[in-house]
Amino acid sequence: MSVVHAATTREWRRFTPAERLARYAVYFFIVAAVAVSAESIEIIPEFLYDAPEQFADMFQRMWPIAWGFYPEGVHEALIETLDIAALSTVLGLLMGIPVGFLAARNAVPVPVLNYFARFILVSTRSVSTLLWALFFVAVFGPGALAGTCAIAFHSIGFIGKLFSEAVEDANKGSIEALTAAGASPFSLILYGYWPQVKPTFWAIALFRWDINVRESAVLGFVGAGGIGMALDTAINLFQWDRVAMILVTVFVVVIIAEVVVTQIRKRII
Amino acid sequence: MLSIRNLSKSYVPGKPVLKSISVEIAPHGITAIIGPSGTGKSTLIRCINLLVEPTEGEIVFEGKDIAHLHGQALREVRRKMGMVFQEYNLVERLTVMENLLTGRLGYTSAWDSFRRKFEQSDIDHAFKLLEHVGLASFANTRADALSGGQRQRVGIARALMQKPALLLADEPTSSLDPKTSVEIMQLMCGLAEENQIPVMINMHDVDLAKRFANRILGMSEGSIVYDGPPEGLTDDKLKMIYGGEGWLA
Repeated sequence: MSVVHAATTREWRRFTPAERLARYAVYFFIVAAVAVSAESIEIIPEFLYDAPEQFADMFQRMWPIAWGFYPEGVHEALIETLDIAALSTVLGLLMGIPVGFLAARNAVPVPVLNYFARFILVSTRSVSTLLWALFFVAVFGPGALAGTCAIAFHSIGFIGKLFSEAVEDANKGSIEALTAAGASPFSLILYGYWPQVKPTFWAIALFRWDINVRESAVLGFVGAGGIGMALDTAINLFQWDRVAMILVTVFVVVIIAEVVVTQIRKRII
Repeated sequence: MLSIRNLSKSYVPGKPVLKSISVEIAPHGITAIIGPSGTGKSTLIRCINLLVEPTEGEIVFEGKDIAHLHGQALREVRRKMGMVFQEYNLVERLTVMENLLTGRLGYTSAWDSFRRKFEQSDIDHAFKLLEHVGLASFANTRADALSGGQRQRVGIARALMQKPALLLADEPTSSLDPKTSVEIMQLMCGLAEENQIPVMINMHDVDLAKRFANRILGMSEGSIVYDGPPEGLTDDKLKMIYGGEGWLA
């Protein structure tokens, strides 16, 4: 038996030589990319050595936190931020879901419409919220309306893309059965696709609201309303204790949003 | 009632799955289609209600060639043909009652379907059918909470909600245990007879086909090689349909 064994020992390698070469090429490429990137952003060593000191200095100025500033300068801005987040999520869903359906090749088997919808999804998403905000501040003037529109338009791409993927993953059998019953394309969406993607719809809505709360917190920097505007003012006036107060507020709100979303998601999915 | 003339279907040009099939279906009775996997049974059934578009040939239904209909005209023909599927194909997250009502979608306007507004006569009909298939107490149960046999009962009830002139069934019992298979066949064939609807069924189970059908179509490699009563289905004929003989006890 052992003799047979010795005779049939065969060599085995996980990768072929060509594959191994390709893997080394990828490793080399990653290292080279990191080196080139570090070179091009021109890190100034003096600033780097100095960093701990600067940190300490900033924290010193932030302490003690100006708790008293909350009622007079933060609360109203915070409510505005939450309003912007909620309203922009609803607006984004209203615009994103129809586009998502149009982008799904199974629900709308018209390639021209699919490409058109995909173009909208990619273009709205690739323009960042801050750019949208600059645009809408120019259109509507500074304020919460510009912020709401900015986040809503940026949300279209995110909502539409995730939603169209969910639609494309829907069970084909149910759709086939409704088609066989003579259902129109509209009825197919309503009775075939919608019930199947409803859990995903709620998951996307909650997740996007969660993101939009954080997005709306920074929009104030470009004059688009909300708590970011208060933050911008405090930084410009070097009122670091107030900056600290605002940062703590944002932190607490984001955590609360996270907990709430997790709890709701657990119950509906 | 239904007459299929020189029907061919090729998914890939030059490789026909159905080769010029011609067959007449009488306005009553149960026709079972048997044959090995991949021989075009499902394609044939799906060509009749145009879930698959035929490449060539005519499908004459109620005196009209329907093979090249589109849009509204196609939907009006489809709603006259009920279909039962192997994997039931219910909308899992809807209730049993909602699934039944989807059988009426071909008759419901977009606006009414959006408002979830169905005719009272449809709702009465749905409750009556649920009693017939033994699921009267399940109207508000979600489809994904049902067993396979129960789901197929819903599938049959949904097809009958269309008040169809023809019932198509694609392997309706292949996902079920032997006892439930017989019950489902009894239910489906009984209801079809009661309502005088002709039935076409794809089947794997030759014994079940012989037991319920009064006409057997044997298919092999895209053609019909046997067309006759179940009694005529001898071992020789089965060899012709399925090939080989080791599997015949």
